Amino acid sequence: MTRYFTKDHEWISVDGDVATVGITDFAQNALGDITFVEVPEAGKALGKGDTASVVDSVKAASDVYAPVSGEVTEGNAALEEAPELVNTSPESEGWLWRMSVADAGELADLMDEAAYAAYIAEL
Amino acid sequence: MRYLPLTPADRATMLARIGVDNIDALFCDVPAEALQAGPIAGLPAHASEMAVERHMGRLAGENLSAGAAPFFLGAGAYKHHIPASVDHLIQRGEFLTAYTPYQPEIAQGTLQVLFEFQTQVARLLGTDIANASLYDGSTACWEAIAMAHRVTKRKKSILTGGLHPHYVATAQTMARFTDDVLVAQAPVLSGDAEDGAIIAAIDGETSAVVVQYPDILGRIPDLAAIAAAAQAHGALLIAVVTEPVALGLLEAPGALGADIVVGEGQSLGVGLQFGGPYLGLFGCREKFLRQIPGRLCGETLDAEGRRSFVLTLSTREQHIRREKATSNICTNSGLCALAFSIHMSLLGGAGLERLARINHGKAQALAAAVATVPGVSVLNDAYFNEFTVILPKDAREVVDALAERDILGGVPLGRLYAETPALANGLLLTATECTSDEDIAALVAALKEVL
Amino acid sequence: MNAPNASGWRPEMGEAGAILPATVSGDHGLNLEEKLIFELAAPGTYGVDFDDADVAPAPALGKFLRKAAPALPGLTEPEVVRHYTRLSRQNYAIDLGPFPLGSCTMKHNPRLNEKVARMAGFADVHPLQPTQTVQGALKVITQLADWLMALTGMPAVAMTPKAGAHGELCGLLCIRAALTARGEERPVVLVPESAHGTNPATAAFAGFRVENIPATEDGRVDVAALTARLGPDIAGVMITNPNTCGLFERDLKTISDAVHAAGGYVYCDGANFNAIVGKVRPGDLGVDAMHINLHKTFSTPHGGGGPGSGPVVLSAALAPFAPLPFATLDADGVAHLVEEGDAHDHGHPNSFGRMTAFHGQMGMFTRALTYILSHGADGLRQVSEDAVLNANYILRELEDVLDAPFAAYGPCMHEALFSDNGMAEGFSTLDIAKGLIDEGFHPMTVYFPLVVHGAMLVEPTETESKAGTDRLIASLRSLAERGRAGDVTLKSAPHYTPRRRVDETLAARKPKLVWKD
Repeated sequence: MTRYFTKDHEWISVDGDVATVGITDFAQNALGDITFVEVPEAGKALGKGDTASVVDSVKAASDVYAPVSGEVTEGNAALEEAPELVNTSPESEGWLWRMSVADAGELADLMDEAAYAAYIAEL
Repeated sequence: MRYLPLTPADRATMLARIGVDNIDALFCDVPAEALQAGPIAGLPAHASEMAVERHMGRLAGENLSAGAAPFFLGAGAYKHHIPASVDHLIQRGEFLTAYTPYQPEIAQGTLQVLFEFQTQVARLLGTDIANASLYDGSTACWEAIAMAHRVTKRKKSILTGGLHPHYVATAQTMARFTDDVLVAQAPVLSGDAEDGAIIAAIDGETSAVVVQYPDILGRIPDLAAIAAAAQAHGALLIAVVTEPVALGLLEAPGALGADIVVGEGQSLGVGLQFGGPYLGLFGCREKFLRQIPGRLCGETLDAEGRRSFVLTLSTREQHIRREKATSNICTNSGLCALAFSIHMSLLGGAGLERLARINHGKAQALAAAVATVPGVSVLNDAYFNEFTVILPKDAREVVDALAERDILGGVPLGRLYAETPALANGLLLTATECTSDEDIAALVAALKEVL
Repeated sequence: MNAPNASGWRPEMGEAGAILPATVSGDHGLNLEEKLIFELAAPGTYGVDFDDADVAPAPALGKFLRKAAPALPGLTEPEVVRHYTRLSRQNYAIDLGPFPLGSCTMKHNPRLNEKVARMAGFADVHPLQPTQTVQGALKVITQLADWLMALTGMPAVAMTPKAGAHGELCGLLCIRAALTARGEERPVVLVPESAHGTNPATAAFAGFRVENIPATEDGRVDVAALTARLGPDIAGVMITNPNTCGLFERDLKTISDAVHAAGGYVYCDGANFNAIVGKVRPGDLGVDAMHINLHKTFSTPHGGGGPGSGPVVLSAALAPFAPLPFATLDADGVAHLVEEGDAHDHGHPNSFGRMTAFHGQMGMFTRALTYILSHGADGLRQVSEDAVLNANYILRELEDVLDAPFAAYGPCMHEALFSDNGMAEGFSTLDIAKGLIDEGFHPMTVYFPLVVHGAMLVEPTETESKAGTDRLIASLRSLAERGRAGDVTLKSAPHYTPRRRVDETLAARKPKLVWKD
């Protein structure tokens, strides 16, 4: 299980050929109370950088982008009733969707945990 | 000038405080050639209250008002009696001169009204939820079509023949600039509401079928049958109600299976006003919540745990979503919604039902009376308070001849369908609680003269 | 201890600071709570008397008849009057005090306008009456149109749009239609990043793709960036002037010329026309289309959120595409309403179509024309001058305690922009705004425009007296000082309102939009 990060504050955990995607603790902090999450449906084809999900707070709506290309296998249904999971557990229970990884090479463009920590320290 | 509190002395003091010699120094960013040296030429100077009132009064006097003549017009705008308390209350400055309730702590009055309005509208239309209003019925109808497109991910909507032609035209204007495909049918002069043709037109590509209830000719389509057909094809039924008083007597569209119900709320509390401002009603199933256009008011709690109301789900809206908003609309029709809500509170369900029965009865009396005029036949099998009659000649000429006799004798279909000669002899007649037996007798006598 | 008054009477009151007693009613003197109508009404009640006996419905309606009356609460007239009057008292309004909402132009709403709009000849006229019976109504439209064209220096105006956003849509549809007539597809509209959210939303609604144009240091559109982006794919630009920072776009004419040279059109958002009405004609700056919010510049009441009205003035290049219907006056002084059937005969074959049923917000036209005639050309010029004077006075009076990011670059127009820079840690614009509520004012516009951190946009309008503006300034100064000092009581403001801060998160997470038994 390897975890990668993007400059748009998504994380992606890759386990074999299935990946789980969410937003980072830094991102949920910046957004404030999450009121609604629109997760993608299974079967949706995503290109790297495509808008896959939308996370709403009271005063803002933020697009979440696919860190890599692939196909959605599952959206996190728990978020429909409990969007606050993205606040309370952004990097675990508050995951947004699972997807296949079409090209593992795309992961090379992403940051590891240490690089991401350094990146947000600069912001 | 009576609306400007600053005195010349104030202006001098303030200019000095700002540190400039004259007012034009504050307009220094305007290119010199674009700055008017004095008041714009060719325009009159200010006038007293009395003089302005006289001028406007003269213009008002050039119009024949609905209350001053036997009056039989409808077609999407209806003359009903408005209780005096409605207009008194909407003129309270706290309602009239308030802004959109963005600051809930000092706008609970407006917000509670909107919450009550949303509930009244949802119950009237038979929908789960309703928004805080849109501009009017025609724009609400387009918003419903656009929303159906977002929900079904299909582009084709069917605008049935009984839909008000202005509503059709409004939607067609917008669809020219989106990738929506609208299939519009012209109405057929028949007594039944063309249910069979509507149902036959629905297919697997259809996003929504848009059906007016009662329709532009006054006929009443079978929404339940159309809803079932739409559902079988995965399409949505959008019901359009231009005369909400009808719902005092007719089953609510939502209860008959309509997915989205839109309408014109002008009948209740708003008044004719030569066409605007009016009130767009918008209700739908709860599952479409995130796709609704316009403002929504929701219940919540304040810091002390007391029930409060607040504008909510605003991430659908333009001021947050910008180019990804569900609609570019950023206002509602707040004061008209207030008028509607007050009038509806005075009526209640029981009063609305009674008002509807009176309207229907008046229309029956009118239909029976005009049917006695030689050469005139009533088209409709069923109707609420308006119906179509067929005249032996172009109805536009007849209406003009009636106007010369100071009778406002209905809406000629040729006015609404200038391009469709087959409809030219059709005349749309409406009766409401405001229609008297004398009015009906005057119309019948005049029709006998002019035909 | 209460001292006796001059007559020797001494109220027997408890010690100051005693706990306030609860009331049985839930009301507190004049601070009245009000239940929902659904909680007040008895089934079957109503407050209207009818002249006519109930008429049994025709059997022809049998299939469609309701099974039961709608489940709607009814109240008698005294109960209705009281319900709505009590609710009204929980609102702030212009009639109570200043409403300094930037870009909203919350000026006094003259009551003559209301009186005129209620004349039977305007209020009780059907939109589809034969035109010979509504000559006066049509002349209201043509007279208002003449004024709007004269004030803007534009040759045409579309009167039907129902609000500002609807007007934007009208202007962009004209642009779209004009491009189509030229046989061109230009997919992109340029919008400054300081623009109001409706601009990009409208452009998207009209089928365009939106690209942002950055602002410069001094709060204006970056002309170099804009002109560099022009080309055959640019349909046009949407510019607000004066812009949302309250500043005049001094290079608008240069921008217009460049956009026109590149084959595009210039849409101007007229939201802030109050700053220049009677002083500057947008037509002189190369604008092709501009909507005018009658509910801002021309004082029609905001009504708690509508109805507005948004006529659009158009250049000669766009006029042929204007929507239907429209009113015209012939040489004999007879007014006509040009609708679908007769557009061709009136030389208007290229209209993009209809935007709404009927002919627009007539009730707002009567109010706006009444207001315009009251002011006249001289009065309107005074309006913009006083609006700009009031705003600059506020800017100058407060720039020592509130950060004013553009003050160094010259005067503002009708609104003064501040940021929350310099506040104590954890204090922001929101606290200042909520504190202003306790001071008895409506807050300014907050967090807009987006180009300034924690923006506070203050628009006094011309209808504030100097004394009233001084009171507003004193309150803002005090709040700025408390915010800088980190006064914790600000964090819990407002304290004196019918409701304290409300839980917007709860409202959005668990939406309750209708009352349920």
